[in-house]
Amino acid sequence: MSARLRDPLLWTSFALAGLVLLLPQSKPLFAALFPDLDRPLFELDGFAMLLAGHLLLVGASSGAAILLGLAAGIFVTRPAGVEFRGPVETIVAIGQTFPPVAVLAVAVPVIGFGFDPAFIALLLYGLLPIVETTIAGVSGVPAALREAAHGMGMSEAAILRKLELPLALPVILAGIRTSVIINVGTATVASTVGARTLGLPIIIGLNGANLAYILQGAVPVALLAIVLDLAFARLLASTRPWRYSMPNN
Amino acid sequence: MIALEHVTKRYGAVTVVEDLSLAVAAGEFCVIIGTSGAGKSTALKMINRLVSPSEGRVCVDGEDVSLLPPAALRRRIGYVIQSIGLFPHWTVTRNIGAVPELLGWSKARIRARAAELLALLKLAPDAFLDRYPHELSVGQQQRVGIARALAADQDILLMDEPFGALDPITREGLQAEIAEIQRSSRKTVVFVTHDMDEALKLGSRIAVMDRGRLVQAAPPLELLTAPASDFVRDLVGRDDLGVKLLGLGTVASRLRAGASVPGEPIAAGASLRQALSRMVAEGCDRLAVADAEGHPLGAVHLADLLRR
Repeated sequence: MSARLRDPLLWTSFALAGLVLLLPQSKPLFAALFPDLDRPLFELDGFAMLLAGHLLLVGASSGAAILLGLAAGIFVTRPAGVEFRGPVETIVAIGQTFPPVAVLAVAVPVIGFGFDPAFIALLLYGLLPIVETTIAGVSGVPAALREAAHGMGMSEAAILRKLELPLALPVILAGIRTSVIINVGTATVASTVGARTLGLPIIIGLNGANLAYILQGAVPVALLAIVLDLAFARLLASTRPWRYSMPNN
Repeated sequence: MIALEHVTKRYGAVTVVEDLSLAVAAGEFCVIIGTSGAGKSTALKMINRLVSPSEGRVCVDGEDVSLLPPAALRRRIGYVIQSIGLFPHWTVTRNIGAVPELLGWSKARIRARAAELLALLKLAPDAFLDRYPHELSVGQQQRVGIARALAADQDILLMDEPFGALDPITREGLQAEIAEIQRSSRKTVVFVTHDMDEALKLGSRIAVMDRGRLVQAAPPLELLTAPASDFVRDLVGRDDLGVKLLGLGTVASRLRAGASVPGEPIAAGASLRQALSRMVAEGCDRLAVADAEGHPLGAVHLADLLRR
């Protein structure tokens, strides 16, 4: 019982939930801390709503990046897709070289303000780690295992499903973890184009030199990143009761 | 059972196997031996279509394998490789059950079969069924690898240098077990090795390959007494030919029944080579012989070993 109470994932989650619920009541505290500010507490939107919006944007863009990244990574490691491996890696790398702010600036005139340009920018930005780790994970499966699988009569689809993906899973999950954590931070920038995220108090706070607003956005975002990172660490540990151990490999 | 007919395999300009013809009868233990790069593994892999011949034809049970769906063909053929290739994320049970799973066996039937095979290969089922490969020694892993190849009770077993990575003691144990399994199940085995002692110990017929060509295919005794070329003579070993010949015979074949000799008896199933070794070590010219249970059968004399 005490071990569960000391679980960092548990208490950081409680801290995040408590923070979001208590912030609306914290006006006197921030008024005392920042006596020069006319408006010491961000009240344009509820913090719970901002957290929900943040999670929705990160979830949707990361979900799409995972689907697209896995599909691209698996495709270029198939015999039929090998020739596309170079081009795909280049395109994905370019996607990450563009700063999300630049993507937003280009996207807004084309598709307007709000959720959509932010979604696209985060999707492109989160793709690289997932594609790279999928390729690395799948092509890192030892040749001897593939030979054994072929030799016992497994189909290509069965080899992918039963051998390659399970063995690559820890590596792929590490890529997804990186991608999601980056997107949690980057999603704050999306508030510049009108997406409702925890970046909103930060952006408005920066415009109005309101340090209290910036803190009220930045601290929950940081906590959210920590919670998700701990959750991925937990997931990663549970996927791997095995180790590689073979002669001549 | 298995027939390679004028099979050639080329990779670009390099010919790995050249005009190889070899027929393996049902129940035969055929060993393919040769130096590295002789094409023996390639020849083996053409049987289960992991490699397709550039020319010629491979038949299994009278059917041209190039006309069979590869997956279905391979599920009929057990396959053991030197690097073992157990799936690291599967337990021993699931590894052994890989082919039965493809064939649609129930979980309970697979587990029962895995336990039966572990016992056959001298691994305690209760201790090993739920372990992961990394928790096993290399020798234990290869026992599981062999169990996996036997799981669906296929008639044909292909083994590609299966004991090459094992220490000598583990290797001898596994050689004895695979020989016993083959004897009792009458499976057709094609076994690749570069170790002549292993080939002589296991093979009912030995096919010698050199640079992609078949040099000689003959029973062990014929290979030793009538080598087809200097290459075979060198491979067999000129200096210890006599000892190798003795290794092929058993004490039982030279037994003087009923004779009584003092001293520690030798088993009737031991090789004549072991008998000679005992005589030299103990400085005597005769040994008592007993059966597997230790009952005295008679004696064997040094002069009996020299008879041909």
